[in-house]
Parts: sequence; structure tokens; C-alpha cells
Amino acid sequence: MARLDEHRGKQLLDSVGIALPRGDRAETVTQARQLAEQLGGACVVKALAQVTGRAARGWVRLVDSADEAEQAARELLSEPEVPAVRVEEKLSIAREFFAAVLVDDRAGQPVIVFSSRGGSGIEEIAREHPEDVVRQPIDLRRDFTQPMAAELAGQVGIIGKTRDGLGELLHHLYWAWHRYDCRSLEINPIVETTDGRLIAADCHAAIDDYAVFRHPELNIRIAREIGHEPNELELIAYEVEKHDYRGTFYFIQLADPATAANFVAFHGAGGGGSMMSMDALMKEGFQPANFCDTSGNPPASKVYRAAKVLLSLPGIAGYFASGSGVASQEQWQSANGLVKAFRELGLSVPAVIRLGGNQEERAIETLNQFCAGLDAPVEAYGKDDSARFCAERLRKLVDEYQPPAEASAPQPLSPADLPADAYRFKTFSGEIAIDQSRFTAETAQAVVACCPRQILKVGAEAPARVELAISPEDARKGKCIECLACELKACELGLANIHIELPMPTKDGYAAEGEER
Amino acid sequence: MSILLPDNAQVIVQGITGREGVARTQLMKGYGTNIVGGVTPGRGGQEVEGLPVFDSVAECVAELGEVFASCLFIPAPLVKDATLEAFSAGIKLAVIVPDRVPLHDVLEIKAAAKDYGADFLGPNTLGCVNVNNWVLGMMGGRAESARKFFKPGVVGVTSRSGGITSSMAYYLGQGGVGATTIVHVGGDSVVGLPHPEIVKRFEADEATKAIVMFGEIGGSQEEQVAELIESGQVTKPLIAYIGGKGAKEGTRFSHAGAIIEGGRGTREGKIEALAKAGATIVEDFDKLAEVTKQVLAANGIALADPQ
Repeated sequence: MARLDEHRGKQLLDSVGIALPRGDRAETVTQARQLAEQLGGACVVKALAQVTGRAARGWVRLVDSADEAEQAARELLSEPEVPAVRVEEKLSIAREFFAAVLVDDRAGQPVIVFSSRGGSGIEEIAREHPEDVVRQPIDLRRDFTQPMAAELAGQVGIIGKTRDGLGELLHHLYWAWHRYDCRSLEINPIVETTDGRLIAADCHAAIDDYAVFRHPELNIRIAREIGHEPNELELIAYEVEKHDYRGTFYFIQLADPATAANFVAFHGAGGGGSMMSMDALMKEGFQPANFCDTSGNPPASKVYRAAKVLLSLPGIAGYFASGSGVASQEQWQSANGLVKAFRELGLSVPAVIRLGGNQEERAIETLNQFCAGLDAPVEAYGKDDSARFCAERLRKLVDEYQPPAEASAPQPLSPADLPADAYRFKTFSGEIAIDQSRFTAETAQAVVACCPRQILKVGAEAPARVELAISPEDARKGKCIECLACELKACELGLANIHIELPMPTKDGYAAEGEER
Repeated sequence: MSILLPDNAQVIVQGITGREGVARTQLMKGYGTNIVGGVTPGRGGQEVEGLPVFDSVAECVAELGEVFASCLFIPAPLVKDATLEAFSAGIKLAVIVPDRVPLHDVLEIKAAAKDYGADFLGPNTLGCVNVNNWVLGMMGGRAESARKFFKPGVVGVTSRSGGITSSMAYYLGQGGVGATTIVHVGGDSVVGLPHPEIVKRFEADEATKAIVMFGEIGGSQEEQVAELIESGQVTKPLIAYIGGKGAKEGTRFSHAGAIIEGGRGTREGKIEALAKAGATIVEDFDKLAEVTKQVLAANGIALADPQ
């Protein structure tokens, strides 16, 4: 889930009318000082960082003057994990409360949790003072009205004006949870000030990754919980995924492998199988440089892009692909994507590829056939070879591997610069070029026959040529599934006259022409 | 007899004209599923695999008679409306294959399912297979390979991980343990029929003599199963493997919905609850078939149903 920092969380609360401490966000020491001056000197300086336990780290500073605020901001902003601080008014606290809207996975419905004790962690409160914590499941179709909310506060002994005020606040909190597709939205503490105001002193908001598309206003760059600010490769990977709904491609960089010797690019398929495969890898003394998952039957083109991202991880000693072992996705497509990437980039580390499941025989054959001449060895396995066995094989290959004194030139399946007059058509995420001059009647027929969707045909007149049997528009819209079978077939026939150009995005997206994917 | 889908029940596909819809309709039919038609708004009157396509589920039902289940192969943002449409047309089981369905949409579907007395599998599910009879969703690939992968037998299989569902069934089959029905409950944190619901159905299913469950870190599905065993609502032997040894707290590995929040839903906690209730925990995935056979033997259960 996409977690928002305190400042952004508070903006959500503000938009539904929940009162906040006066204050704002500052990225520089100067801005922080100005804010402190506006607040009259005494204020709170809080680090805006995606970590838990800020108070324990000393990342929430109570200060009495603008000078002290400046000093606090200087110290906090020097921490690499702190891109900004929030400077806000000091509250004079009479009482503190806790409130959160969460999803109860057991009941499959939202639940509001409220406590007359705020400040510390809710688990602690619930353990030590269970009588002061109430939970109320909410019927999505009925709303959570102000009187219902006030009633909830009343259940833990809150009366009078505070009860009414909390009723309004909790009602708004639920509305914010609903409006912004939150997984969870928490205020701890809600402060009742000595002059009787109810103020959200902190905020934890987590937005549902799958609903981020409905909320451009939140400016969430990468709708995934990766535990750190996304780096360049992660942003590139996310751009690939964002523009291609076919199957899933998930990528997180787990560590910076620049200096270590045991890092391996990890290419999984499916959550459970991937975790198990990573365990196997670690048992062999490797560290996964990343987590990657291509599943949900992605086309070869998507697996190709994933492999290209993985091969650009610095300092890897090997490439390990392994999922559950018995996948229903078309594994030969994954093999096609891997082969194209390995050959275009010139694989320089040993790879063990376990593509068990649907049509694995074809996947294994493809890998064996097309990776034979690469600098580094590639071994391919199927469902009857366990992840553990495959990790052992990788260990052996990595230990024994002697890279050539000079790396060979990459051996792409086809040259990227086919003649200008080649036959070309666009696909969902790329372009296919066919140099017609090299076909014979037999080879043209063989290429047409290898297309699983039968979208190609042999031209009616001599000389032999291969062309679309459907409209270019249909091919672009997805009738060409980008399985790469034709490019591999042309390579196998010794023609190398079909090139599929699949551009990679930068961290800011694809070049303008490829926008619509 | 099987769980989830009554004998001879009619099944449709929503999104039948799409890339996955066409492919999966063919595969499901090939395996024996009684698919009678499909729906894609705006494509009414067309045919896919010789099956009629309708503009709405209501029209489909009006034409073909009662339909029990619908498999959805449509983009995630459209899932909520399509599922509610299916329920209002009388569908009793929606198999929601798409990944990335917004959580709040799932919660609304959950509330609606209660109102309609309907169920849904998923979202983010590969579906389910009743060995040699039918498949709903996208498990198993081609019929010929699915028949090779999944062997008939007496064990009910339920899993939270898609890939692992097929793997478990396959490795069990290789080890001589066949299955009745194999269910992927879906990878998300909130799903229509979580482990405890599936386990209850296996308990009620005569053909199923024991249950094999693949659990994961996060959520409380496995703990709920432990409660069912403790309270005597589930009496059949249950063998469980809980994945996620390597997962760091707070890190989410892909769509697995596997997240540990605030110490709840840990692997250790789940194993402890299940073991205490009397379930058999398998520590090494490669030993799943072996342990299952031992449990069956200890309970005097034959590997194949004599009927």
C-alpha cells in the first residue's frame, strides 16, 4: 500500500474538515525557520519520513524559539531518509484520543477503532486498558453517521461537548477513508486542547495501491509499498507495468549490490512460488539483489522488458528465474522474452531458469537452443526439478564460471537496422519490421505457421513475402500478442530478417510516440 | 459431487471476447466445464467458441436459463459493476480472476454477496479445479496437461498462492496423493471465500477425506481455520504448509497480500495456532506428499476413493 507521510496524510484530513495544528512543510532550513517565526518561535519540528517510531529516534522535536527550530530542522534534514520536515504549532494538551479506520479482513468490512486514550501505540493501549478501546464494524451501504460516531465515543465514557465534537470528527474521518480509497487512516493522537478544540496532531494514511488510478490528485508516483523512495530502476519497471495491463510485472531492488560478490538477479513468477525460490537461493549463500515477479500470463514482450531491467542491476553474479514450478501461464512466452533479452544484452553471468508448468518443454527447448553461444552458461529446468536443486545448480555454475578475457559482442536475434523499405507494423507496445527480400516460399510459410494467433499470411503474389492477415489497427490494438515467435523462427531459419523493436521507458515514461499503450 | 459448483450447473464467462476470455473459455470447455455462453457489453450476437455472446448477464440468463457461476476475465476497474450485475441476475458464484481490484470495491462486492446469498472466489484467483470434471478460472493450462497435472483422489486442496496451488496439486499427484477439488482462494487481503470457508465446504464434502492447505503470512485466515478445528466444526485431518519464511516485516511481496502488520499474522503465530488445534504442519514443501500420505495412513484413509 502507498503510505503517505504525515504532511500528506494531514492534507487529506484537512480536505474533509478535520482541524489540524497550524503549520506547513519545509524542505530547507530557511523555510523551517520562517514557519517557526510565523508560529511565534515555540513549535514542533517533525521529520517527514516513511519510518515508524519517529519519536523514539528523536525525530519529533519540541522547541521554544525560531533559533532552536532552525537547529532542529538542520539536524533532521541532514538525515538521508528525511526529505522534509513539518513545522507546526505546539498544542496545549488537555486530553488525547486515538481513532482509526481499518479493514477487518476477517469480516471483510471496514471497522472504526476508537480509544479514550491516545498517544502511545494502540496495541499497547488495547492490552493494558481494553475497556478504553471500542471497535465498530461499518456497513458500507449505510455510512457512519455523526450520531453513530458520537455514540461510539460515548461508549468509552466521553460526554458533553467533547462527545459531539468527536462524533463530527470520526464521521469526517470515515468519509476521508472512503473518499481516498484508504486501506487505513489513523489519527494518534487526536488532541483536545485546553481551550476545548479537537485537533489531529498526527496522521498515518495508507492508500490502496489498486485504487491509486482513481486518485491523480494524490500524486502518488509509484503505487507500491517498497519501503524506500523509489530508485531509477524501480521507476522504469513501474513505467513498464503502468503502460501494459497484460500480466503483472513487479520489481523491487532489495539492496545495493555494487560491492558484494553473492548478489543474484532474481526473477520470480507468482508471490508464493517466488518467496519459496528466494528461500532456496539464500540457502545457497546468495543474496537476491531484487524481488521480481512476472506472472498472470504476461506476453513475451513484458518478460523481455523485465529481464532487461534485471540485467541492468549492477554487480550481479548470476540470474535466477524460478516460480512455483507448475505455472498455468504460457512459459514458452517467458522463454522467448528471456532469450531476446539475453542475446541483445550479451549475457555475462550464469543463469538458471526454471520455467515449470504450461508447455514447459517448449520453454526449455527454446532456452537451450537460443542461449547456446552466449558467454555465460544458461541452464533450463521444469516442474520436476525443485527450486532447491536449481539454486544448487546456480551455485555450481557461478563458482565454476570463468568469464572470457574479452566479452563477446551481443548476438541479437536480428539486427535492429533492417532496411528502410522493410514491411513494418505497430504492435501493442512496439513495432515489427520484416525484411521481405530474404524469404523463400518455404521459409515464409514456416514463419506464418509459427504465429499462434494466425495473424500473418504469405503474400498472394511472388516473390514470397509475409504480411498481416488482419488490419494494422487490430495488430496494434493487441491481436498481435507480442509472443516474439516470428522473430525467433526467422533467427532459427538463419534469416534474421524479422526484428521486433520493444522500446524501454525511462523513469519518466516512454518517449512521446509510445504514450498510448 | 463436488464443492462450489453443483453437478451439471451452467457456467458463463464475463469478458468472453477479450484476450484471456477467449483463451480461457476454450481451455475450460476443453476440460469439461459446462460453459453455455458469455457476456461482453456491446458484443451481443457474436459467438466465441461456438457459444452465444450477450450484452448483459440478465439477457444471458433469460435466454439460457439458470446460470450458477460466472468467471470474470475483465479489467480490474470494471469488476465491481460486473460482479454486482451477475449477482442481480441470480448468479450464485462469481470467480473473479483479475488482479488489482480496488479494496473498497471488494468490500462492496462482499456486502452485496451477503444480500444476494451469493459467493465469490477471488479476486486475484486462478480459480478452482474439480479433478477430471471441471475448471473455473485459469488453472492448469491445456486440458491434456491439466489432466496430467491433477490426479483424482481424496484430498481437498486450498491455497492462497496461485502458482503454489497448481504446484501443490501436482507434487501431491506425483507423490501418489490425488485431489478432489483444488481451490485458489485468491491472493488479496480480502477475498470472497477465504480458507475457513473452503475448509468448511471440504468438511461437508463426502468425497474429500483430508485437507491440504497452503497458508501465507498476513491476515487471519489460517488462525480462523485453527479455530474451526478447535471448535469441532472441522474434523477431517488437515495438513498445512505456511510460506513466507524469508519475508521481512512490512514488506509486501508482489500481489500475495502477504504482509505482517504490527506483529499480527506472523508465520510463527499461524503455525502455533494450527499445531495446537491438531493440524499437521509441514516444514519442508518438498515433503508435502510424503507427510500427507503418512497422515492419511494414520487415519486409515485409502489414497483413492473406492467408489
